Amino acid sequence: MKLITEPNFRDGDDRGLWPYARGDEFYEMLIEAHRDLDDAGSAMLNSKLVLLLANHVGELAVLREAIDAARTGIAPAAAPDA
Amino acid sequence: MLATYDYPKYAYRRPAELDRPAAAPAPVVVVGAGPVGLAAAIDLAQAGTPVILLDDDDTVSLGSRGVCYAKRTLEILDRLGCPQPAGRGVSWNVGRTFFDQDEVYSFNLAPQSDEQRPGMVNLQQYWLEQYLVERAQALPMLDLRFRNKVLGIDSRSDRVALRIETPDGEYSLDADWVVAADGARSPLRRMLGLDVDGKVFRDRFLIADVVMKADFPAERWFWFDPPFHRGQSVLLHKQADNVWRIDFQLGWQADPEEAKKPENVIPRIRAMLGPDREFELEWVSVYTFQCRRLNDFRHGRVLFVGDSAHQVSPFGARGANSGIQDTDNLCWKLGLVIAGRAPASLLDTYCAERIKAADENIANSTRSTDFITPKSRASLVFRNAVLDLARHHPFARALVNSGRLSVPTHLHDSPANTADIDAFEGRMRPGAPMDDAPVAGPAGPWLLPHCGGRFVLMVFADQPAALAPAIAQALTRFAQGSVPVETLLVSPPAAWPGLPGGAGAPDLTTLAAPTPGAVPVPGARQVCDLRGLVAERYDGRDGTCYLIRPDQHVCARWRRFDADAVARALARAIGTAVDPGEGRAA
Repeated sequence: MKLITEPNFRDGDDRGLWPYARGDEFYEMLIEAHRDLDDAGSAMLNSKLVLLLANHVGELAVLREAIDAARTGIAPAAAPDA
Repeated sequence: MLATYDYPKYAYRRPAELDRPAAAPAPVVVVGAGPVGLAAAIDLAQAGTPVILLDDDDTVSLGSRGVCYAKRTLEILDRLGCPQPAGRGVSWNVGRTFFDQDEVYSFNLAPQSDEQRPGMVNLQQYWLEQYLVERAQALPMLDLRFRNKVLGIDSRSDRVALRIETPDGEYSLDADWVVAADGARSPLRRMLGLDVDGKVFRDRFLIADVVMKADFPAERWFWFDPPFHRGQSVLLHKQADNVWRIDFQLGWQADPEEAKKPENVIPRIRAMLGPDREFELEWVSVYTFQCRRLNDFRHGRVLFVGDSAHQVSPFGARGANSGIQDTDNLCWKLGLVIAGRAPASLLDTYCAERIKAADENIANSTRSTDFITPKSRASLVFRNAVLDLARHHPFARALVNSGRLSVPTHLHDSPANTADIDAFEGRMRPGAPMDDAPVAGPAGPWLLPHCGGRFVLMVFADQPAALAPAIAQALTRFAQGSVPVETLLVSPPAAWPGLPGGAGAPDLTTLAAPTPGAVPVPGARQVCDLRGLVAERYDGRDGTCYLIRPDQHVCARWRRFDADAVARALARAIGTAVDPGEGRAA
């Protein structure tokens, strides 16, 4: 199994829907879940969400690929001065 | 004053009611002659209902406001006999979204070719209003009154009493029905004490309309965090007469008065266009927006349409477009109610259907705005993560949301529909706005102009001349009913003996009057499905029937004609059916 990077959000009968519709619904759910949380709360929510979804995926090869894709483009923190 | 547009000044005429009160209430008064009020008044008047249209001003929209008119709106304008915005405006289908310097997402509003109208036409609002005023003034049933301002409204059970101010003094006017098209700040809504609930977005945007010669393509371009406007978004649209709309996100802290000053606007535009581009400022304004709607669009005898009923952010072109679709939905119903052919409860289906549409528009508009203007730190981080992933991954591109542009609502849940009992493929389910397709027929080379303004039963017939007499008699009864249903026969090229050279290169002029008199149904019209696209899009086979509403929406369909089923579906659509299951007169 390979990491799916094509649009993959769906919900039952999607006939006649614009291709962005289900993705937008998910995104709204996600942002809504963070409502009224401070930064620490948001970080905790995100971490729990990653763990839940990772367990759902299960396949380590897929998770490794996802971690690599997510890490791309994020610069490491500057090394502390010696 | 604008460099590219001269404002018309329309004549005020002294209303007769100043000198003597009207003998009877007007059937309907429309308040507000913006694009939505004009569309409503034209729709009613051309169907034969006398209309008074009031406007407090004597010209069109000041400055450039609405810009984008969507395919469904263009189709409605066709039905209203209004000149097409595409004549002067800019047709487009493609939008591109950039993050920093890279394109991360694009969309095409015309996923299906072979339709008459493009996905979108850009035209300054004042031009559209001018076209609509010209159309309105050509209609004898439409009494358009400039400089007539509504001062008071009293909504009673049997009529609505209006108090109106003119340059010659005040007068009273009673109406059976009032259509409130008086805009986002709707004075009628305020006078009736109605609340609108929704979200206010804490952000400001600067509109600059500039005149310049530029060879950018006719596309919608949107930038997140571009080098020339760091940390904010920018939107570029091409309009008519070399006018370009540039929309800069400013942030909530910006001082609107300072931001509007030319010495502050010009450097922003120079940064975007480069130091050598010559341009002139045509119009500058700073706006904020809300997404909200009235709880109900009907208050007794007052019906709210357009911005007075619902407001959205401009990202998605869902303002004027949804307002004109409100009138498309309302006017045939109101016409039937005024004519005494349908109960007033039919107007409640206007509310049900257009509240669903408003909620869809508000949801899309709110999602776009939450993406463009993240309200929390978490939301900002997710937005930037999507943009970063979008450089490499298709799924993230589809999440990039710079506006989901106006498309018509599918009214699948409407109580006016009759549920399918036969199996069909495709998206023309009851509640769907009709797909267009190329045809040859008396109303021209497209399907949509053959429908609209009345109920139509679209019948697919391989051999239209061989229609059974019993069916022809039943269709005749429908054509002569109190709410007439016109027959439209759709047949393949094989049924058209006059068709030269097959479907490949049809000569439309020779097809204007095929097999005359072959169909013994009064008023029946025939179209040739030149390339089989009507049959394909509607999953039509010999015998298939579609009942089409006056607003070009499907309301029922069957695999074979059944007069009782058509009669029941029509009764349901116009609200005269009694539904024993729910024990209510719909």
